[in-house]
Amino acid sequence: MGMTMTEKILARGAGRESVRPGDLVLAKVDFAMGHDLTIPPAGRIMREQMGAEKIWDPERVAVTQDHFQPAKDAASATLGRLTREFSQQMGIKWYFEVGQGGICHTVLPEHGLVLPGELVVGADSHSCTYGALNNFATGIGSTDLACVLALGELWFRVPETLKFVYRNRLKEWVEAKDLILYVIGQIGVDGARSKAMEHTGEALRHIDMEARLTMTNMAIEAGAKNGIMEFDEVTKAYLDERAKRPYTPVSSDHDAEYEKVFEFDAEKVELGVAKPMSPDNYAPLSEVAGTRLDQVFIGSCTNSRITDLRRAAAVLENHKVAPGLRLIITPSSHQVAIQAEREGLIRTFLAAGAAWTTATCGACLGGHMGVLGEGEVCLSTTNRNFPGRMGHPKAQVYLSNPAVAAASAVAGVITHPSEVLEKMPAALR
Amino acid sequence: MTLPKVLRGRAWKFGDNIDTDQIIPAKYAIYSLDEKELGKHAMEGVPGRDKWASEVGQGDILVGGSNFGCGSSREIAPVAIRGAGISLVIADSFARIFFRNAINMGYPILQSPQASEAIEDGDELEIDLEQGIIRNFTKGDEYRSDAFPPFMNELLRMGGLVPWVRKQLEERRQKANASR
Repeated sequence: MGMTMTEKILARGAGRESVRPGDLVLAKVDFAMGHDLTIPPAGRIMREQMGAEKIWDPERVAVTQDHFQPAKDAASATLGRLTREFSQQMGIKWYFEVGQGGICHTVLPEHGLVLPGELVVGADSHSCTYGALNNFATGIGSTDLACVLALGELWFRVPETLKFVYRNRLKEWVEAKDLILYVIGQIGVDGARSKAMEHTGEALRHIDMEARLTMTNMAIEAGAKNGIMEFDEVTKAYLDERAKRPYTPVSSDHDAEYEKVFEFDAEKVELGVAKPMSPDNYAPLSEVAGTRLDQVFIGSCTNSRITDLRRAAAVLENHKVAPGLRLIITPSSHQVAIQAEREGLIRTFLAAGAAWTTATCGACLGGHMGVLGEGEVCLSTTNRNFPGRMGHPKAQVYLSNPAVAAASAVAGVITHPSEVLEKMPAALR
Repeated sequence: MTLPKVLRGRAWKFGDNIDTDQIIPAKYAIYSLDEKELGKHAMEGVPGRDKWASEVGQGDILVGGSNFGCGSSREIAPVAIRGAGISLVIADSFARIFFRNAINMGYPILQSPQASEAIEDGDELEIDLEQGIIRNFTKGDEYRSDAFPPFMNELLRMGGLVPWVRKQLEERRQKANASR
């Protein structure tokens, strides 16, 4: 019997010929990540409780200062300091200081640190993002991370794989975000609980690497262990200038076993949102158009890479943010910010009356720079809208793609981008 | 630290898809290294349960619905629940990272759709961890929980991933010394 990509990577990590879903394996990790909220507990557990003095491989660990950094208060400054000190003491090669990195899930792919065929873990739930680059990547806790840092190995239950086939192409205005919100709406926030989501099909061949990262990013929002995609020329082109190590792509066997196969006609997917208070609360945009907004947030590891900002800028060009509404734009990395500056996107944002921030997770997790108050309504390009995610438990968050977010910021209510911009330039689609 | 064989306590019932930001709102992540402080804010993000942590008795039992602990990977979610005094979490099903984190901490959790459905808020429970049996004194019922794979049971018995890693590190040191 053949194996899926996920099974092959876990089998290789475990040093076994093959694995089956349900197997518990101890597997070698190729790359690990932690940040300012997860490194301090992991570092303490590793040194004080596990008794390890050094980490297994300082070249295979990345640390970002992204969640509550630049420090939002004195306690966060302490977490930032502990993260910095641990990284220095352990000699971690891929340490990204405030102003030089950004959100982990944008930073690691753009630096070519997470590669095809690899087994990657990150002490952050959205670590599943990396799977768009044809690897097995999953989120882990702090005790898990301490174990990986000490041993370079971790236990895994081999997941069942769900296959998602997307036929045809996405329509005009419809983005990868709309597709994944639609899929999560179909299967629910526990629809892929502890399983692998393998995405394939024609629609994916026509979207770029950043859009693919948006899709795998949200695997966790369906409860999945990982999201994974095939290696193709798009993957190769993205990695050619970036990959820091040689890599070996992996593909699923023709006779691999899937627990279930879902087929979607991408052409039939409508522009949509996830309504409050759950990422699976999908609705076509037409159903919520006209909803009054207090804040629009364009940011996060889901939808704030350069292509996202280009589409937002195309919509905002020569327009102003609606009175009574604030638009906050947070690039997802320092490199993205540099590129946005080069292309004049920041000028467009500032002229429109948007607040432009440094690269940070910030408002997405209700941390800082855009936390919502009681009863406020926000349209956000982020990934999660459970009660209290972005601040007050009675704040309401709608999730959308960046073009919808930008258009809605201009209109003051949830709006189709075609009402602000006649046509998205072909190069940005 | 090994687990007691039998736990007793009052049940606190919660619904489906209780995510980590409801279990411990992200703003309290600044207390990531302080279990007691986290415990004071456990479940504060669940609408209508913002005073919950002050009502919980030491050793009480939390009963959730399906997909309990979905969302973030932050280990402070099970840490906060333990910090509030909860001795055990029972759910219809757990989100995977919450599940891993609890096992790794050596913190007992049981998956039992039957118990999750039948137990009501305030029921008095007794749990036999070795047998995986949940007794409901208030209702005079008994429920079974799903068995864990042997490795997870080993981790729970040892007290979590920390002693397991200590053992691995010790074995590696001995091997390195032997080959010298």
